[in-house]
Amino acid sequence: MSQSGFLLIAPLLVPILTAIAGLFGLAILERDLPASRRLQRLIATVGASVLLVAVLALFLQVRVNGIQVVQVGSWPMPFGITLVADLFSAIMLVVSGLIGFAVHLYALASINKEREAIGYYPLYFVLLLGVNGAFLTGDMFNLYVWFEVMLMSSFVLMALGTDKGQTIGSIKYVTLNLISSAIFLSALGLLYGLIGTLNMADMAVKFGEVRADPEATGLINAVAAMFLIAFGIKAAVFPLFFWLPDSYYAPPPAVSAVFAGLLTKVGVYALIRVFTLIFPLGSGPFQTILLWVAGLTMLTGVLGAVAQNEVRRILSFHIISQIGYMIMGLALFTPLAISGAVFYIFHHVVVKTNLFLVAGAMERAGKSGDLYKIGSLYKRMPLLAVLFLIPALSLAGLPPLSGFFAKLSLLQGGFAVDQFWLVGVALFVSFLTLFSMTKIWNLGFWKPDPAEEVEGQPEPVSIKTRWAAWYLPMILLALVTLAIGFGAGQFFPIAVDAGQQLIDPSGYIEAVFRSAE
Amino acid sequence: MEIILAIVIGILYASAVYLLLRRSLVKLLIGLALLSHATNLLIFTASGLSLGGPPVISPEATTLTGPAADPLPQALILTAIVISLGVIAFALALSARVYRVISSDDLDRLNLTEESE
Amino acid sequence: MNSIILRTAIRFLMPLLILFSLFLLVRGHNQSGGGFAGGLVAAAAFALYSLSYNANEARRVLKISPAVLITSGLLVAVSSGLIGLLAGQPFLTGLWTYITIPGFGALEVGTPVLFDIGVYLLVFGITITLVFSLEEGA
Repeated sequence: MSQSGFLLIAPLLVPILTAIAGLFGLAILERDLPASRRLQRLIATVGASVLLVAVLALFLQVRVNGIQVVQVGSWPMPFGITLVADLFSAIMLVVSGLIGFAVHLYALASINKEREAIGYYPLYFVLLLGVNGAFLTGDMFNLYVWFEVMLMSSFVLMALGTDKGQTIGSIKYVTLNLISSAIFLSALGLLYGLIGTLNMADMAVKFGEVRADPEATGLINAVAAMFLIAFGIKAAVFPLFFWLPDSYYAPPPAVSAVFAGLLTKVGVYALIRVFTLIFPLGSGPFQTILLWVAGLTMLTGVLGAVAQNEVRRILSFHIISQIGYMIMGLALFTPLAISGAVFYIFHHVVVKTNLFLVAGAMERAGKSGDLYKIGSLYKRMPLLAVLFLIPALSLAGLPPLSGFFAKLSLLQGGFAVDQFWLVGVALFVSFLTLFSMTKIWNLGFWKPDPAEEVEGQPEPVSIKTRWAAWYLPMILLALVTLAIGFGAGQFFPIAVDAGQQLIDPSGYIEAVFRSAE
Repeated sequence: MEIILAIVIGILYASAVYLLLRRSLVKLLIGLALLSHATNLLIFTASGLSLGGPPVISPEATTLTGPAADPLPQALILTAIVISLGVIAFALALSARVYRVISSDDLDRLNLTEESE
Repeated sequence: MNSIILRTAIRFLMPLLILFSLFLLVRGHNQSGGGFAGGLVAAAAFALYSLSYNANEARRVLKISPAVLITSGLLVAVSSGLIGLLAGQPFLTGLWTYITIPGFGALEVGTPVLFDIGVYLLVFGITITLVFSLEEGA
């Protein structure tokens, strides 16, 4: 690897340069909207493709050569900002690149002209910049900054447009996230006062020394609890999830798909990173807390979904219950369970984004998201039905789809440490997930369309060229789901290696310190 | 000095939480602003107060000589202030829109309109 | 606002404020000041102008669209980091060189200066966008 760490910086450079190019197009062609629109779409498509290639290259580099580290600005380690890509970060970056690409294709077809004129594409890439930055950084304060970059663009993406429900959803989202950021920042301040460093690897080492001091235990636990709450709000775990269903169902499908896929997972990423590297579980009260949180998150999420009748609301509640599975992997804190969590995140992001894309298409075809107002979509759009079935069954965890292996490894992890009640909850929740998916299938695809009785037989929706852009990303993501399901034998070992690096962070710490020499 | 600042921070946090729990949209915004001020002061205090020390070491010295201020917390706070400036500006614009939608300052009306839809 | 005093004063204040903002930008190299403060002062000049006349008038005087200022600022700041990357160093590494100006001596220029100029443009652009849109929305 070259000294400059070009591959490490590429996942940040590509989105920001794309955003700048898009903004230039917007600023210069202010008076000629159609031309500006064409230019925006072209720039954004190129950017999304390059980003996907860049993250895949970085992943290969990390897989072959181990953990990659670069000191930005050549400032040595505890003083400057460090970018670190271990296997977990690299996997998350691949997910972000993949989702970024797929959702962008979908946005090309579904985002309206007004949003494009206000600057949807540059904002979208700033969002990806924030997400990628959060996955890459090895510095706690820098993580806060990337969170804010991500949040600012997500605020604007959500609030753009004049829809009433959207405005109301955004005020909850904005307030909750600002509070979470304030808690995160307070925790950072206390942490800096305690150990005087912000570099995560350096923190891990210094904490080992401070932990021996019994007087510091109270402060350490307080800081850890603050991190738990701050990231817990962002990851939407029990009991801090209530903002999510209201906010995620309001914006346009492309926006809510990328939110559903990526944003909460950044919170989960931060939780996993902090509770493996800086405050390793196993000592202190946090393992028990997280186990409870995991179980209750799974349960409340899925029970919330049962009561809903709108496709995207059902799916939003399922995000929460799925977050519970990821937290379960972290809380069990065995190599197998953490690997399961890593695999689960990858599977979940792909599947959940795909389901939101399908939901967007259902809403468009049926002109409503309410399951009691639509129907007979199977007859009208058989391809969409298949594209719904693959991620839906995978989400419920039916073999041989990707969700089955993800859940299997988590359950095995749970059995190995005798957490039988949690395993029981996980199985029960996965049963209810299947019930929810069946509900969408029965009411949305099989039940006759209520409009039919009034207007007679509706025309089958033909696959015209403009529908191709709707279907393409769904097919792409469905293929990924099938690939990681059928090829689990090839993919799971990667997750196992990532889990190994997480549970024993000495490799991470050593890589960061070595790069400072 | 730490004691005074600790009390100030406590008061700021308490007022912020109190305002956040009110039903008024404007008070919510002020609460958010106070919350970020309290956090900034907390960083400032927690990372150690020192009086009159320069934030740099003279070029000849190889180790820390005499009292020196830590420049990092100031840099962190500056960054946080700039971020909160942007966020609060956005929140202001958003609440102006919300006010136009529900034509009320009352946050409880938000839920009402949502349910009646 | 319609104040004859402000209108008369702003004609003299504008050039001074803009000069001062440039002074802050250059001074920020080794002393307090810098792109951020400079950008704010420059924005203050135009904010004052738009207060004494109106936002449209201020836009006319500015001639460049604030959006162009923002994007070019971003571009300049990012490219200051790219220079280091192209030279085989990590992103944002500061590189320095000396330019000899006749009758003045050697001048030290480097990528951090470029970064500061980018920040100046960015802060300038964003602040006046804020002020203009708040004023037009009112």
